[in-house]
Amino acid sequence: MSGRRIVITSGKGGVGKTTTTANLGAALALRGHKVVLIDTDIGLRNLDLVLGVEKRIVFDLVEVVEGRCQLRQALIRDKRFESLFLLPAAQTRDKTAVSEEQMDALVGDVAAIADFVMIDCPAGIEHGFRNAIAGAREALLVTTPEVSAIRDADRVVGKLRDRGLPIKLLINRVRPEMVRAGEMMSVDDVTEILGVEAIGIVPDDEEVIDTTNRGEPIVLDENNRLATIYGKIARRLEGQDVPLTDLDPPKFLSRLLTMWR
Amino acid sequence: MFDFFKTLFKPQGSGATAKERLRLVLLSDHISLAPDVVEALKADLLAVIARYVEFDESQADVSFETREREVAMLASVPILRVKTDRPSAPRPPDPRVPVTQTALNGGTQPPAKPRPRRRRRKASTQTVGQKPAASPGAQSPAQA
Amino acid sequence: MRALETTPVPEVEAEAEAAPVILGRAIVITSGKGGVGKTTTTANVGTALAALGKRVALVDADVGLRNLDIVLGLENRVKFHVLDVIEGKAELDDALVRDKRSENLYLLAAAQSREKEDVEADAMRDLIEQLRKRFDFVLIDCPAGIETGFTNAVAGAGHAIVVCTPEVSAVRDADRVVGLLPNTWQPELIVNRVRPALVRKGKMLSVDDVNAILRLPLLGVIPDEPSVIVSTNRGEPIALDQTSATGGAYRAIAAKLAGIAVETPPVPVEKPAGMFAKLGAFFGGR
Repeated sequence: MSGRRIVITSGKGGVGKTTTTANLGAALALRGHKVVLIDTDIGLRNLDLVLGVEKRIVFDLVEVVEGRCQLRQALIRDKRFESLFLLPAAQTRDKTAVSEEQMDALVGDVAAIADFVMIDCPAGIEHGFRNAIAGAREALLVTTPEVSAIRDADRVVGKLRDRGLPIKLLINRVRPEMVRAGEMMSVDDVTEILGVEAIGIVPDDEEVIDTTNRGEPIVLDENNRLATIYGKIARRLEGQDVPLTDLDPPKFLSRLLTMWR
Repeated sequence: MFDFFKTLFKPQGSGATAKERLRLVLLSDHISLAPDVVEALKADLLAVIARYVEFDESQADVSFETREREVAMLASVPILRVKTDRPSAPRPPDPRVPVTQTALNGGTQPPAKPRPRRRRRKASTQTVGQKPAASPGAQSPAQA
Repeated sequence: MRALETTPVPEVEAEAEAAPVILGRAIVITSGKGGVGKTTTTANVGTALAALGKRVALVDADVGLRNLDIVLGLENRVKFHVLDVIEGKAELDDALVRDKRSENLYLLAAAQSREKEDVEADAMRDLIEQLRKRFDFVLIDCPAGIETGFTNAVAGAGHAIVVCTPEVSAVRDADRVVGLLPNTWQPELIVNRVRPALVRKGKMLSVDDVNAILRLPLLGVIPDEPSVIVSTNRGEPIALDQTSATGGAYRAIAAKLAGIAVETPPVPVEKPAGMFAKLGAFFGGR
């Protein structure tokens, strides 16, 4: 078998790549897929923290590439989702420890044993970025509705297109009340500027900070609205036709206020 | 307190400002030209057109559009009259201007008076050094 | 707070000496993790320093992903960039973009269509040295990560401000970055995007939690306000907004850097005062 090889990238840091990788990976695992998450942020790894498996790391990606351990020895199984695995980044090495060719080969090996390989890309467009996209065959671009995030995302779109990677867009941290007040760009604004179709819209939710602190992906909490949203994005990734959620339509009072303004 | 009113009655939310700023800055990122160079390019382009035809300056607009990764330059210039005292040879196009596509588009405007003859219009379209046929997606009034 | 043209108090005269031999301070603003507010901090601290009468140059070291121009609202004026100066294609004077609002504040933009590997650390060091001769403060906006861009941004600096948010991954990355800075430096810490309400509920690390790990001198604490997004949308640094708690926090940091004694304003306990914040709370969206 050869699984899907998807890089989660953004250009700008701190827009939610790692959180997206963890939650989307978990959502796909909950849907019965075998999912391997690869942290390519060598030297600044964080996917282990977000998943709460940081204490169980024995081997890392660089050691696999250098042949110092087997791939399956380095994979950490997430205890809460049977079919979710993490291949952690090395923390004490730098990004030049791995070449693009090595990364491509590694992701190929992982794809042979998984349905979905989700590659968490570092911020920036340097060596680490080039490595991360080298192993991918499609890209999930994460951005927030903010000028600097979109400008950086646009740079990345150019680089991904140069590589011929198909791109899907996830717009993160949307604040519907700010969009309604005209103080934040809308989903349509963002897709129009970037010229990429949106596969997911995720509202800004302070619960994410809390769950990250505790190392528990938010999709574990079935009652959380974000769990539903990530579930839908997972289905769209599978190829299902699921309409994008309208982030809580305006309530009566706020609509009134908007008119008044 | 002043801020309170400013917030309530400001003409445009910052979201719209952000979008406009991004459009312009991404355009200049894509074609590696500073935004005010883009503005200068527009002004120069209109000045060149003005050497050949008279047009309605209040309606003239040069805009850029991003399609996939291509940047298209679209000029909408409502032509009023073709000048008879044309200069003999047009200046060569500046190679530093990476225009991938140029179209003279007067089609969205009401017909100009006096209405120039079709043949003349076509000629003026070509003055800026572009074959109208090579502009898919941009309607040329000459062909409409 | 100390506005630009308040009463001509004696401390203003202190920097009127302007001894040309004294080199300005070159400070790199760094974090490891991206998106924690380096660029916003650079723009606002720079703006506030300039409002205090300091001559300030802001250098964007994020080659290929520049944003300091857009946060300052100067994107339309950038004609030349750092690499043009380094490669001799432009004079430093032509590349320095003067701020719209302050004649003390200048921006040197990063190249957008180049790679970070195109810059040499030595060239960067020389450039910052030149700027230090002319400015009281040279603030260098560092890219995210710890690759070449980071190395170059740090190369010319003599001090560092580490920006961190109260999140585990940001703290971990900040800790890593502190370890990579020259060990003679004493980096100072800014904790950004603090939400006191969440801290009280135990859903966010407190400033003390963060600094129990990082153990750095605390330069300032910035509250999380949606108005920062609005100010970036407009390209108007929030440090100029006298009514904003976030702006006040940036002005306090600038005063501290300028050696002007101020009481650090406490992180507001309630929702900050901006009009939008109030409306936002009223909407009940969050």
